[in-house]
Amino acid sequence: MPEREQKRKSAPERNEEETVDAAPSQVKGERLKADLDELLDEIDEVLEDNAEEFVRNYVQKGGQ
Amino acid sequence: MATPKVYGIETEYGIHTTGADANPISASSLLVNAYMAQVDRKIDWDFEDETPGNDARGFAREGATPPMVETHLANTVLTNGARFYVDHAHPEYSSPECADPLQLVVYDKAGEEVLRRSMKAAAGLFPESPPVVVYKNNSDGKGNSYGCHENYLMDRSVPFSSVVEGVVPHFVSRLIFTGAGKVGVETPVMDRATVPFQISQRAEFIEEVVGLETTLKRPIVNTRDEPHADPTRYRRLHVIVGDANLSEVAILLKVGTTAIILAMIEDDALPSRPIVLADPVRSIHSVSADLTLSRPLELADGTSATALEIQWELFTAARKYAEEHGLGAVGDESVAHDVLDRWESVLHGLETDPATMAHELDWVAKHQIMEAYRDRHGCGWEDGRLAALDLQYHDLRPERSLYDRLDMVRLVDPGTVSLAVTEPPRTTRAWFRGQCLARWPDAVVAANWDSVIFDLGSDPLRRVPMMDPLKGTAAHTEALLERSAGPAELLERLSE
Repeated sequence: MPEREQKRKSAPERNEEETVDAAPSQVKGERLKADLDELLDEIDEVLEDNAEEFVRNYVQKGGQ
Repeated sequence: MATPKVYGIETEYGIHTTGADANPISASSLLVNAYMAQVDRKIDWDFEDETPGNDARGFAREGATPPMVETHLANTVLTNGARFYVDHAHPEYSSPECADPLQLVVYDKAGEEVLRRSMKAAAGLFPESPPVVVYKNNSDGKGNSYGCHENYLMDRSVPFSSVVEGVVPHFVSRLIFTGAGKVGVETPVMDRATVPFQISQRAEFIEEVVGLETTLKRPIVNTRDEPHADPTRYRRLHVIVGDANLSEVAILLKVGTTAIILAMIEDDALPSRPIVLADPVRSIHSVSADLTLSRPLELADGTSATALEIQWELFTAARKYAEEHGLGAVGDESVAHDVLDRWESVLHGLETDPATMAHELDWVAKHQIMEAYRDRHGCGWEDGRLAALDLQYHDLRPERSLYDRLDMVRLVDPGTVSLAVTEPPRTTRAWFRGQCLARWPDAVVAANWDSVIFDLGSDPLRRVPMMDPLKGTAAHTEALLERSAGPAELLERLSE
């Protein structure tokens, strides 16, 4: 039934107004990348030393 | 009229230690016992009313005994009304009964804090031993899964078949915001080569649509019929299909949207043309494997719809339901409307670009950080460091947790969570249970969901039944508890 498919495809109307502005989103994208870089530095520091072994040893008994 | 929802969530935590005695059962017991030693009180759980073999479809399995009765594993009740114990070689925290989805978030997070304090207490007892570490996840990456179960109070008079029909499409499609994310594939239901990362930890372990089992042949809808309340009026829907979440938005939406759907089932307010999946089990696997959220699921009427489209249809019906009936059945109206607003904004975000939800949803956050890691280190998905990163997302130790480093949207403040580690919710019977434990730990010999058992010395043990989860609240019993100088006086007043 194409009618049903049609109905599902579209989201209900939005309440808030959408504004599309390329420049700020680019700035936002760069900031996001900088944040991620900083985070990756931190992850490199806290990641378990011997990752392969740590993963291999993480074995659980099944539960519910 | 829909039954007011009462909520509970049970989490079996992953546990890991590298010591010579790396037995997960003794390590789990150590955590529970170390925690209880630290709070200086241990009240046993009472099994009198447990019947996990009862089936909602109307029959009982012979010989189904609660597992701890036989093995005497650590098993206790906390002053916040929760149960903290060892289940199937995992430490498990079952939250106290909550009266709205946001309160449930608070008590789920309080559970994480209980486990963090347990790890600290255990390390304090055995400073020389390798640490016992817990993970809030649902699988070990090697084909072993453990659960995070949701519980919802429902109207007993609604036929169970209607509950099944109503919740299946939601449980399959809600995955797009409840998934905790996972590297790789652990079962034969998916192709490892084409699915390097999936949305859900739990979905690939689901093998049936409806069933009683929880440890094998796991179903989308579990039929365990143990209301822990007046069985003539109530049903407790025991949900085993979900992932354990760290994201507070995901926890809120997981239980909040489900409660709305259940209230709609009770009020017969679901879309007039029901959504019936042709193959729900294959569909839930398919949703988990599809990071683009674009794969159509076959419906019984020969059409198809994506998980996102099904969610939009359910959301639209929910908004109409809220306008016509209000959302009082979900709990606090403002919390319920917040659930509705976030539901809409998360669906819009996922539709626009899932990456926009990186600060709100677990699977998106985890996926984004893994992509960035792969980019930096030039590694493939099979690299062991990604599997380590996956586990560490769920590590509860602040110094190791990756989740804590991701600046995720918070809905509850740490002070409230810290208070909830010891204080029960004021708006359910958990209040009475927790308060009795806190006031008279020596007189309470045991407790369970629907009773508290007192030992006053010479008399036989006295059981105070609590068959209604919405009685025994602070509003009902605070004055009574304040007026009673001791448990004997309390029992006397209760029997008046």
